[in-house]
Formats: sequence, C-alpha cells, structure tokens
Amino acid sequence: MASVSLQNVSKHYGPHKIIEDLSITIPDGECFTFLGPSGCGKTVLLRLIAGFEQPNGGEIFIGNTLVSSIRKNIHIPPEKRNISVVFQDYAVWPHKTVYENIIYPLKIQKVHKEEAAQRTMAAIGDVNLNGLENRLPFQLSGGQQQRVALGRALVSRPEIMLLDEPLSNLDANLREEMRFEIKELQRNSGVTILYVTHDQEVALAISDRMAIIDNNGSIRQVGTPDEIHENPVDSFVFKFLGISNFIPVTYRDGGVYIDDSKVVLDYPISEKRISELQNDTMIAGCRPHDIRLVRDGTATKGVIKRMAYLGPIVDYRIESGGKEIRVQQDIQDVHDEERSGLIFQEGDVVGMKFLELRWFKSQDVEQERS
Amino acid sequence: MFSRYFKKIGIAEILLFLSVLVLVVVVAIPMLLIFWNALFVEGQFNVTDIIQVLSQKDTYEALKNSIIIAIGVTFFSTILGVFFAWLVSRTDLPLKSTMKLMFLVPFMLPSFIGALAWKILLSPRSGLLNKFIMNIFGLENSPFDIYSLWGIIAVESMYLFPFVFIQVSGALERMDPTLEESARISGANLFTITRRITLPLMLPSIAAGALLVALYSLAHFGVPAILGTEKGIYNIPTKIYEKIYASAGSFQAIRTGTVLSSILVISAGCILYLQSLVLKAGRFQVIAGKSMRPMLLKLRGLKMPLLIFSILYILITVVLPTVTIFLVGTLKTYGLTLTLENMTLKNIQYILFDWKLTKDAIWNSFYISLAAAFVTMIVGTLISYVIVKMKVRGKFILEFLGVLPFSVPGTVIALGVILMWSGKFGINLYNTAWIIFVAYIARYMAFSLKSNSAALEQVHDSLEEAARACGATHWQALRDIVIPLVKPGMVAAFFLIFLPALRELTTSVLLYGPTTRTIGVAIYTLNEDGETVYACTLASVALIIIIVGHSIIKRITRSGMEKVM
Repeated sequence: MASVSLQNVSKHYGPHKIIEDLSITIPDGECFTFLGPSGCGKTVLLRLIAGFEQPNGGEIFIGNTLVSSIRKNIHIPPEKRNISVVFQDYAVWPHKTVYENIIYPLKIQKVHKEEAAQRTMAAIGDVNLNGLENRLPFQLSGGQQQRVALGRALVSRPEIMLLDEPLSNLDANLREEMRFEIKELQRNSGVTILYVTHDQEVALAISDRMAIIDNNGSIRQVGTPDEIHENPVDSFVFKFLGISNFIPVTYRDGGVYIDDSKVVLDYPISEKRISELQNDTMIAGCRPHDIRLVRDGTATKGVIKRMAYLGPIVDYRIESGGKEIRVQQDIQDVHDEERSGLIFQEGDVVGMKFLELRWFKSQDVEQERS
Repeated sequence: MFSRYFKKIGIAEILLFLSVLVLVVVVAIPMLLIFWNALFVEGQFNVTDIIQVLSQKDTYEALKNSIIIAIGVTFFSTILGVFFAWLVSRTDLPLKSTMKLMFLVPFMLPSFIGALAWKILLSPRSGLLNKFIMNIFGLENSPFDIYSLWGIIAVESMYLFPFVFIQVSGALERMDPTLEESARISGANLFTITRRITLPLMLPSIAAGALLVALYSLAHFGVPAILGTEKGIYNIPTKIYEKIYASAGSFQAIRTGTVLSSILVISAGCILYLQSLVLKAGRFQVIAGKSMRPMLLKLRGLKMPLLIFSILYILITVVLPTVTIFLVGTLKTYGLTLTLENMTLKNIQYILFDWKLTKDAIWNSFYISLAAAFVTMIVGTLISYVIVKMKVRGKFILEFLGVLPFSVPGTVIALGVILMWSGKFGINLYNTAWIIFVAYIARYMAFSLKSNSAALEQVHDSLEEAARACGATHWQALRDIVIPLVKPGMVAAFFLIFLPALRELTTSVLLYGPTTRTIGVAIYTLNEDGETVYACTLASVALIIIIVGHSIIKRITRSGMEKVM
C-alpha cells in the first residue's frame, strides 16, 4: 500500500488553468474523496495521479517514488505506477467476457496461470458476480458492469485505487448498495482509495477524509466528513454540502431583521455577533432542517408559498421579509400529538424558529455567486 | 543521456512520423507537383501560360462540358434521389423495403459498364433498343442518340442518384415526427406540411447529397469516355487522357493536364467546403437519434401506378443494362441477333483461361487491388488512430493531410503519380504495376480514413486507459483492446477499397502499360478496339465478382457489428 502526495501541482490546457498550485497528502490506506462541482478539475486531478496527463508544474509522489515532475523530466507511465482506475463509464472491454476482463491485469503481470485463475475467481466473488463469468458486457446490467470494473481494479492488488464517479450512472438503490460494497472492499484489502465525485452524499458516506474543491480547482477545506459537514470554513463549502438558505440580516435600532424588511429574526444573538453586524453586512446560513415551523406568534413570520409532501419529509418554500426560505420538517415531528396540526398549506402564515445559524460575510457569499 | 532522448521519442511520435510520411509521399507531393507544374515553367512563375492553355478551344470546351454535365447530372440525380427517398420512407408504397434495396443497386454497378450497355442499346445506328423501336413504329431515323451530352447526363444520373437517395432517406427516417405532427395539429394539410416543414428541414441533406454528385460527376471519366469521345465530346478527365495519350506524355500535354487538374482540385475543394458549411448549418435539432414511426402519406389510387413506375425504373436502369451485358457477352460475333443459337459460353472460357490480355487484366486487378486494399487499410488505421486518439504535437498537419485525399479526383491522382514516379526523383515505376498500386493507395485512402475513424470513435478513450491502468504498455493496450475492437471497421475498410479498386478505370487508364492492364482498362480498351462482345464478357465476369463481393461485405459487417454492439 502507498500514500499519495501532490506538491504544488498545476495543470493547464493552453491558457485555460485547471489546477493551480495544489498540494495535498493522502496517507496509506485512507479512503479519500475529492468533492467538487462538475468542471472543477477533479477528474483531471485523478488523471494526473494515474499518469494519463502530465502536470505543468509541481511534483507527484506515490509512496516514496516521484512519479511526475516536469522540472526533473520525470513521467512514469500509468502502467508502471501500480495503480488501478475505475472509470465513470466503467470502461469494461466489450469484446471480453467478465472473466477475461478481470483476469487481464494478471495476464499482463504474467502471474502464474493457476494463481491468476484463483485470484480472478476470488475477485469475482468479492464483487458478487459468481455465475456470470462467461457473460459478455452487453449481457450485463449497469450495476454488474460496474462491478466488473471494480473486480478488475482489485484483482491486481494495487497500492492505490482511483475511482472517477463510478456510481453516477447507477440508479439510487444500486448506488447505495455499491457505496457500501466499495467501503467494505477497502476495509478488507487496505488499499488506498482516491474517490472523485460531485455527489456530497456519496462523499460523506464513503470517506475517511475528504477535500472540497471549488470551480478554480483549489482546495477549500480538508477534513473528515463530520468536520466538514459541521464546520464548513466558508459559504462555498456550506452550500456544496446540501440545500442551503442564505438570509441577509441587518441590525437596526437594537433589533435583528431579515434584509431591510421589518421582519424580526427569531434567534439568540451574542454581543460579539451584534458588533459584527454593526460593522458588516452579514448573511445567515442554515439548512432546511435547521428551522422549526410553529404557529407561535413571536417567531419569525413567513407565508407558505409552496408546499410539497415528499413522504418522510414535508418541503416548504416560505416567503419572509422579501426572501425565499427553504424549510423541511420531518413527518414524525409534524404528527407529534402535542404539536399536532403542523402541516401547513399554501398561503398559511407561519412562525419560524431558527435552531442553528452560521454567519458569513456578505461580500464572501456574493463572490461565490458571481 | 541517450536513454532520456530515446524516451522522448515514444510510440506516439513514431506513429505520427510514419503516418505523415505515407500521406506526404503518396498524396501531398504528387499534388504539389501538379500545382508546381501548372504554375511554373522551367522554374519560372508563369501565369500567362495558364491563360494560354485555357484559351485553347479544346480545353475550354472540355471545361464547359464538364460543367454542363455536372450541373445536369446533379439536377436529375437530385430529383430522382429525393423523389424515390420520399416514396420509400414517407408513403405507403407496397414492397417498400425491397424497393429501397433495389434503389441502392445502381451504386454497386460500375457506371462505365452501364455506359457500355447503353451504348449497345441506344447507339444511333446499331443500338438494339433503337432498332427495336424503329421496327415497331416504322421510323426512318433512330429516336435516341446516346452519343450526346444528354446521353452522358442521363447515364451518369442513373448511377449517381443513390448518393442523394441515401442522404435523404436516412434523414427522413431520423427526422423527429413530432415536428410534422405539430404542424398537422395546427391545421396544415399534408401537402402544406411537406412543402413548408419537411422539405426545408431536408434541405441540408439534399444539398449534401447533390454536392457529392456534383463532385463525382465533375471528375468522372468512364461514362464520358465511352459515350462522348466517339462524337468528340470531352470533359476534363477525358481531355487529360486524350492529351496525354495523343502526345505520348509530352511536356505540353502534361502541362495542359496539370492546369486542368488544378482546376478540378480547386473546384472539388470548393464543393467539399460548401458541403461542410451546409452540413453544419443543418445541425439544428431536427434529427432525433432513434428512428421513429413517421406518418405515411396514403397514396390511394396512385399506389399501383407509382409502384409500377418504380419497378419499371429499376427494370430499365438496372436490369436491362445488366442483362444486355450478360447476353451480348455470350454472342459469337457482335451484331448477331440475340437468339440462343448465336450464343456461346466459350467466350467466358476464352477470356478467363485462353486470352493473355484478359487473363493478365483479371490477375493484375486482383493482386494490385488486394495489396493496395491491405496497405491502405493498415495505414488508414494508423493515421485515424493518431488523428482520433492521440495527443501529440503536430497532429494538425496530419488532420490537414488526411482531408486531402477526399478532394483529389482519380485523374488528378494518376497525373500526380506520373509526375512523381516516372524517374524524375530517382525511382521510375512507369509502366509497372507498382505505379497503379501507389495510385490506388492515394485514391482510396479517404475510404480507409472514413471507415477507420468512425470505428475508432466508437472505442471510448477510457477502454484503452483502463488497459494502461491494468499495467499494459501502449503496444499491449493496442494489441489487446483497440485492434480487436476496430477490426470490423478495418475489415469493412478493406472491402470498401478492394471492391471499387477491382473495377477501377479512371486512374489506371492513365497509368497502364503493355502488361499492366486492369479489368476496367481491359473492358475500356476492348470496347475502343471494337471488341464489344469480349468487353461485355469481361464486364459480366466483373459484375459477378462485384455482386459476390458485396454480399460477403454485408455478411461480415453485420456479424462484426452484432459482436461488438
């Protein structure tokens, strides 16, 4: 097994800068996710590590080996890096059977015939494809093809496995199932996994640690899923990890109001925050679940614009102080006997109690939007 | 130190170098030589000479004829192609799928063999059909004269209209029927819809097909050579041929040839450019990916008349000429009536086993085509691989060179090859089979590139990268993944070259020597020498080979597709 280390790596296509001066180290045996919006260069990052692309600057190490450095004129080709890659489109070879696909890396490594056959069958078992060995890929479902790709990546016992959105073409149930299988495989084999995705749910579920990458190809935050979810460093990270409300807030005549309306924000505000509010225009961020709807007249007032019943949750769009706020309530909560009758209809006036708010400077949020 | 340099020159650079080398030697240099010879006299830039060449009566007559023929053929082919395409894809004509196949048959028939048949049928004095009609109606003079511009235009149109037919019927089948349905819901009747919606949407496809016909017709040798030269009607390719043969390759003749060739190349380039513009403009969202069921026009009372008309068209343009060739090919002497006692199969035996000239021709065509098809297939795969898959600096040179073969007519290739390989540059291949072989490579490279790059585009980059990530070197990835996947495309390319090359006339007629006639050349020269019967016998053999070959292709490409898809 091996660690991966990127030092001041940059990559551009012509004048187009994809990655600028990126540094990160992923220790041996970790499941690490690069999470970012599409087009942020995360796939390029993976291709740089795999060796399909050469960086324009900086150095890449796998274990203690320097594999890419333009300055030292070193570029170890992909086949010599002892990695394996699972591609977004699976890249299962259509002219080879499941068995032939999976045994291929061992054939290339000239592993002894009997051992190769044994390891291939073991890999087929690992990815639950028993009995499908002689099928051709067109006879397989998407999920099965995906598992062929995984099996092929595992069979050679690589030091590092690179996965590029391997779940994005699967349906929701299968995605969840494969998510667990990948995690399980990693635990059993101890391989270092680098996973690239734009799907925050998968990232949170699968990673030991993760990095959030922005549209300019820079890392915004690195940490465990819990750290990042609970303590996002900025509004970009916050926004990327789920549905989010950004509510502009002003402090006037001893009161805290939504934007420049007369609607009072129902949330305890510390002295320190008040002085911040006096100096800067601040924006309050919260998730749809961080708000509790009540009929209580003292809470922040709003009008239900749209209501959607989504099974376990009810989703509202509420207009308050000229802003639209997304709120979601668990169905158990609204059926709570004590607070019964808490399903609201369009046009109802409601009270919003804010359970948790995060504070961002207005100009930072504006910058993200532009 | 050295090893570092060596590392820099990887497989990518080697492949790029080889591909560029082949294209430069086989296509680019001959082309440059043509332009050079047209523009420079004894190393001096000279335009007045060009004007002088063009102001000679026979040159500008040829130019004028080429243009008239191209316009006429394009016009009639477009009408025929659009009409039949609409008939088989948008009406309830009976036997549609059979008719569709039948309309593609003229594509397989070499047009110069068609011209030969029509010469036998409609030549003013001895034409079989002419005599037949004169007998029935008691006419003094023959009603048709195939030795005319009209004759040439008619025969070329018969065999070129499938270009338009394929383009338009393909587009009609892929067109999103909701576009028409919404017009119908808005209250338009079918005639209005056809005129206001369908036809405008089809215009890019129609134009693309028509331009293809124009390109082909402008540079076409076979039909004008057989039907025109008798009465002194020349177009550019036949004029070039006549000049070079009349003067046995004198400088002045070569010069006229290069000037005319330059004009051909430039017009071909313009036509191709126009076509790319038209196709680009036509890329608005009319064509849905899947084929859907469009609404069909009910022909009602016209159903049978239109079916009979279509069948008659096929009978007259395909069956009649083919049967004529086969029957005349068995006659004991030309001019005898077509009755059983005048026929003999000895002719076939004679040309296949006894007569050196035809035996040589068949053998020459076979091995030259086989070798050329093989080499062109391999080189075409290499070049397409570099163009489609590789990221190497300098690729754009290859992309440019790769487009060249598409715009170079056969006559021009022949002339370029003569300039390059007749000893001026140290190698003299003139009068050998090699010169035809080289010319075929240049002529058919475009087919190979088209077929192979289409196949390669189907092979997603990640398939090859997956092999690399599994530890395979570039060569191993090519051997194990890429080549097996493009094999059907390569086989298709091979046959797409081999079959047309087998019956090639335009290029080889300028290049053949005493012992290097090809089948096409042999048929043409036999006809010129008045050996009409043997010309037909050889043509029958060629037709049989072509039909067998096409059915083999069909089987191979179909099974290849099934495996991969």
